Amino acid sequence: MKAFSELIFREDLRYTEDHEWVSSAAEHLQVGVSDYAQDQMGDIVFVELPDEGAVFAKGDQFGTLESVKAVSELYLPIGGEIIAVNTALSDSPELINADPYGTWLVRIKPTDPGEIEKLLTVDAYRQMLQG
Amino acid sequence: MELVKKTRLYEWHLAHGAHLAEFGGYQMPLWYSAGTRTEHLAVISAAGIFDTSHMAAVTVAGREARLLLEHCFTRNLGIESAKGALVPGRCLYGLFLNADGTVIDDAIVYQLAAEHYLVVVNAGMGGPVAAHLTDNRQNLAVVVTDRTDRLGKLDLQGPAAVAILAGLLKDPVAALGGLGYFAFRGSLAEPGEGQKQSTVALDDGTELLVSRTGYTGEQGFEIFTAIDNLEKVWTRLVAAGQQHGLLPCGLAARDSLRAGAGLPLSHQDIGPWPFLYNPWQFALPWLPGRLSFSKNFVGAGALLDTEWAQHTLAFAGFDPRKVPAGPESLVLTKEGEPCGRILTCTTDMAIDRQDGEIISLATGPARPVKGLCCGFILVDRPLSPGSMVWLSDGRRRVEVEIRTEIRPERTARRALHLPDDNSSRVEGGEA
Repeated sequence: MKAFSELIFREDLRYTEDHEWVSSAAEHLQVGVSDYAQDQMGDIVFVELPDEGAVFAKGDQFGTLESVKAVSELYLPIGGEIIAVNTALSDSPELINADPYGTWLVRIKPTDPGEIEKLLTVDAYRQMLQG
Repeated sequence: MELVKKTRLYEWHLAHGAHLAEFGGYQMPLWYSAGTRTEHLAVISAAGIFDTSHMAAVTVAGREARLLLEHCFTRNLGIESAKGALVPGRCLYGLFLNADGTVIDDAIVYQLAAEHYLVVVNAGMGGPVAAHLTDNRQNLAVVVTDRTDRLGKLDLQGPAAVAILAGLLKDPVAALGGLGYFAFRGSLAEPGEGQKQSTVALDDGTELLVSRTGYTGEQGFEIFTAIDNLEKVWTRLVAAGQQHGLLPCGLAARDSLRAGAGLPLSHQDIGPWPFLYNPWQFALPWLPGRLSFSKNFVGAGALLDTEWAQHTLAFAGFDPRKVPAGPESLVLTKEGEPCGRILTCTTDMAIDRQDGEIISLATGPARPVKGLCCGFILVDRPLSPGSMVWLSDGRRRVEVEIRTEIRPERTARRALHLPDDNSSRVEGGEA
């Protein structure tokens, strides 16, 4: 388990209390899981993601990550339409462990792009983890 | 509030990136920095080393020690002159049951000397098992001693285990040559042990008891040493194993390996229900026909007389998807009718399906294996191997197949091959 000081954070991302990150750098929002989440789960052995075109509300479960021991549900940080899913993860779920911020799960077209401002900033997320 | 204990290797675990969690009253590594998958695969293709010093031990000594064990343990220890009997240098897997046939714990009983036995049980179970033996002692001439936290233990498992251990032993041929499955050599090197059968030592003189047993289904050893020697033995094995691909492994890999090997976890797959109708019938002293036992023991009457009709069965899925065991988990028949619950559900990462058949990484498949969900269920009816059931948590369903075996090509029973010494190649004995 990483000590807090060993955890990687990306300053340019927003976070959720469920340890997902959202990036608004590209045309569509990208969603992934944080370094803390992958470190807690351990090796991810299976990723279940929705079909492209599916529409979810904020907070809806949109998929699952399975480690050896546990199944973790993924909740959409922002409501919207799934524009793309990362198909590389079906063969290589370990990419999430290797590079949590470089490995997006889904790209979404948000219903309300302003919702991103309601997500945790990196400082707020850090504070939450330090509890 | 109960204190969570640490093993002698706790600082080592911390210094090597262990992700720790409480198990059986001890802070134990779940996985190290390599991760569970890599650790699991290391045991299949190279070797893994596990801190198992959280496990407890009880010694049973005295003129009538064997009588007490015969009365309490589910295996028939036999007459020492007979084939398959428990004799000094051999050990047996079995259980301690309550009078109602429910499980106190599973154990391996080692016969150390004529009147001296070592009973290795699960973490936290030294006290309860010692108390159970004492309660059943009546006026037998026997001394039962709980040795919890007073014995060093580690497991070295995988096809490279023999080469790693042999490289550190003073006399590897004397220690390991001809050592069969469920046999052991060496001693605990502690006072009160009784007459030593043999000596097994590292090149620096550190005495060991080396047992050809384990909890992974793969070839290897459970190694006992005086508690003060544990860190030294561990670090020497880790260093010697580096060139063989040895990895320290945590409880997550231990769990996924044992599930794939079809071995139960005490208090999860076996527990407060009668030990009957499960894949581990070899642990009961059935006479042919399975209508009665070859001896009487605590719990025997209840097992023969019970109305219990639930069946514990092994299963494997078709991909790594799991439904975690838990109060909301259900097993459903093919038609969707609830028929039981999930006891264990994990992923054996060394196996996959190829044209429906389970293949192992050990077989050298053409493509990478992704792993299969597997474990045990407790259901209200017998189901034959090949039957399909659903696992459900109320939201998602995963189809799995009832199996007699899960991971193929396991190496636990294969002959030990000592490095550079063809003359010592021998066949492994029976369980």
